[in-house]
Amino acid sequence: MVTELFAPALYESLFPAGISRYAVGGLLVGLGAAVIYLGTGIPAGASTFLESTLSYVSSQSRFQQYVGSRDWRVVFTLGIVAGAAVYALTVQSGLVSSGLYEPGTTGQLYDVGGVSLWLTDVQPWRLFLGGILVGIGTRIGKGCTSGHGVCGVGSGSKTSFVGVLTFLIVAVGTAQIVMALGVSP
Amino acid sequence: MSKRHPLFMPLIFVGGLIFGFGLGFSHMARPEVVLNFLQFEDFGLLFVMGGAAVVTAIAFGVIPRLFDRAPLTGDTYGRRLKSFDRNVLIGGAIFGIGWGLSGICPGAAYASLGVGNVTILWALAGMFVGAYIQGYWRSQRAESRTSTAGAD
Repeated sequence: MVTELFAPALYESLFPAGISRYAVGGLLVGLGAAVIYLGTGIPAGASTFLESTLSYVSSQSRFQQYVGSRDWRVVFTLGIVAGAAVYALTVQSGLVSSGLYEPGTTGQLYDVGGVSLWLTDVQPWRLFLGGILVGIGTRIGKGCTSGHGVCGVGSGSKTSFVGVLTFLIVAVGTAQIVMALGVSP
Repeated sequence: MSKRHPLFMPLIFVGGLIFGFGLGFSHMARPEVVLNFLQFEDFGLLFVMGGAAVVTAIAFGVIPRLFDRAPLTGDTYGRRLKSFDRNVLIGGAIFGIGWGLSGICPGAAYASLGVGNVTILWALAGMFVGAYIQGYWRSQRAESRTSTAGAD
């Protein structure tokens, strides 16, 4: 077990929620991308959806270049929403339990017709302002956490390694500054 | 597009389904968990990104050796290789500021909606606004370049 490689106290401070839910979730994210690749040859990323979907309502050339892929990108995104909803119906609601799953203490759970749903405590202004920067940055930077981080790194792309390193380092710096300024949650 | 295999869209949906279930199960769909990682309070998120990249690395390495063409598109299997220029650094840095401020990235935001987090609509609205701003700006710049070149 990985646990035994570390002193228990160190492991506990690095991974207070354990690692299994993270590792299992990550393997499934990779499996989803691999299934699409196997069937279609497409290494799919999540952020192109933002621009390709804008092509339905805007004639700007930057969006129109994605007309050919916009339909399946909508289906991919709906699949992601539905897959997370299946998780909410089963695991999050306690209908299915597993030793590999650690429930966690973040945010607020609320109940709708026996289904446990979840709400973030992070303030809307952070989500909106951060979202704008994510929208600009992922599209200028040629990829996001899934495009660069999962498919690009999985392809051994040097561009993606540099991209991931850049957004990871800047994100750590930003989150640390925001925390130091006392903004919470 | 009408020649697409009838199973093309269903397969994309199933792939998205597994992808989204994984984002929910891993808690990466929760901005708090991403912020806890970026603030060095819980390093578990490394296993989400690492685990996913290991699976795609194996898939992208093995599948092209086993098959010539993808069954649902007839396309050859390529890798996701993008050219490097300063946009990768500039865009990556802007994305990093946004990710560090909000704790959410595009795929995780879609999944967050699925776990019931309606508040994430703020982030999704922001992402569309941001994508529109850069797309509008770059489209205009591309057009003015073309028209300048045409005038010369």
